Amino acid sequence: MNTLIEVRDLAKTFTLHQQHGVSLQVLRGLNFTVAAGECLVLHGQSGAGKSTLLRTLYGNYLPAGGSIRIRHAGDWLELVGAEPRQVLAVRRQTLGYVSQFLRVIPRVPALEVVMEPALARGWTRVDAEARARALLTRLNIPERLWQLAPGTFSGGEQQRVNLARGFMVGWPVMLLDEPTASLDEANAGVVLELIDEAKAAGSALIGIFHDRAIREAVADRYLDMTQEDLAHAS
Amino acid sequence: MSAAEQLLPAASVGTEPLFAVRDLTRLYGPDKGCQGVSFELYPGEVLGIVGESGSGKSTLLSLLCGRCPPDRGSVQYRDAAGDWLDLYAASEAERRTLLRTEWGFVEQNPRDGLRMGVSAGANIGERLMAQGVRHYGQLRAAGLDWLQQVEIDPARIDDLPRTFSGGMQQRLQIARNLVSSPKLVFMDEPTGGLDVSVQARLLDLLRGLVRELDLAVVIVTHDLAVARLLADRLMVMRRSRVVESGLTDQILDDPQHPYTQLLVSSVLQP
Repeated sequence: MNTLIEVRDLAKTFTLHQQHGVSLQVLRGLNFTVAAGECLVLHGQSGAGKSTLLRTLYGNYLPAGGSIRIRHAGDWLELVGAEPRQVLAVRRQTLGYVSQFLRVIPRVPALEVVMEPALARGWTRVDAEARARALLTRLNIPERLWQLAPGTFSGGEQQRVNLARGFMVGWPVMLLDEPTASLDEANAGVVLELIDEAKAAGSALIGIFHDRAIREAVADRYLDMTQEDLAHAS
Repeated sequence: MSAAEQLLPAASVGTEPLFAVRDLTRLYGPDKGCQGVSFELYPGEVLGIVGESGSGKSTLLSLLCGRCPPDRGSVQYRDAAGDWLDLYAASEAERRTLLRTEWGFVEQNPRDGLRMGVSAGANIGERLMAQGVRHYGQLRAAGLDWLQQVEIDPARIDDLPRTFSGGMQQRLQIARNLVSSPKLVFMDEPTGGLDVSVQARLLDLLRGLVRELDLAVVIVTHDLAVARLLADRLMVMRRSRVVESGLTDQILDDPQHPYTQLLVSSVLQP
């Protein structure tokens, strides 16, 4: 098995200093690995910490303890305690994150938003634009919108622009936070195809999918995150 | 994976720091000014300094760029030749040369950073002339090129900056700084005095230039949205000290220090 990410004894606590110093332990004792071509689906009720886990893996949240090791540029890199520039290099080359929410930047056209991850890796504009156009077409974003900033798009259109951006380049490890939520059947089908293509290309996926049919279509294994039993991957 | 997939050249990742700051301190009174600041900055890295007025952001910035000697601590810069220069051990002439060539400084108020009595083209050409470019055609060409890069109509090249809007003046100030291909640029609230619609345009422009030119930037701002858009990492200052530092997303999404939590939770979401 070609393991690409390894998590050991991961814990996450939030201390809310503005609210009488309340401390919330959201994750503790998490252990799992994910190999190339495999999809691990996070399982547990709302509030079990599924999104918190993805954000902790991506570096948005600071872990309270434990280890997150990832295969980056041919070596293992420990992300807990890594320098910001190391985390940014990992995000550029190795670790992708797809959520339903697009962070809109004023004035930047949809096509540029989608191309950005490829340009950051040094693709030529010609190659990046060809791939971006193909993805926007597959995700049914009308061509007349491509040169417009997505700020004025509908929620569903913004979500699909964000999906195109997420699948713009190949990621060795990919985090998916409900990528198909509120998509119609045709577009959800396109996302399923993109996920299968990523797996076939050797990506290790970790995802949250509320829709049962989609979950069963993509999952190779489940990580049970119910509160009583945080620590066991099935 | 696409055939276009390729690795970035190693240089743009930056294996050696460009700028190293140790225990930088200058106090005007108890907890007034800044104290004990240390960090390293790598080529192409954007560091945001955030905090409320009076926290010491501006004092720190003037210490970093050589405008004001510290009580203690050091600022070191690795120059284009690869040699480390101690900013406050260097001569006044060396510091001035650095600020006109390998460094840039974008003032909050463009009137402080521009020469208001000479044309836009002369403003852009000044650094090149200081570096020995005397050929009129070259200076003119650089002026036209940079006006275009900062989205100002090149036909305005002979106009005085005071005939420009505030947003245009700020873009001209950026062109004036970047024409000498600096490695490190300091910015003091660069979008501070501008209307929101103009801010967005300037931020977008800055984001593009920073990536294209692989600039290292130290930017002081009290606007967390500006920090999120431009900065790779943040230092949060309060009462002259850095209370928290780290990856921008992490500081804004999961602040650890009570003061940072207050700062982040106090922002109104439009």
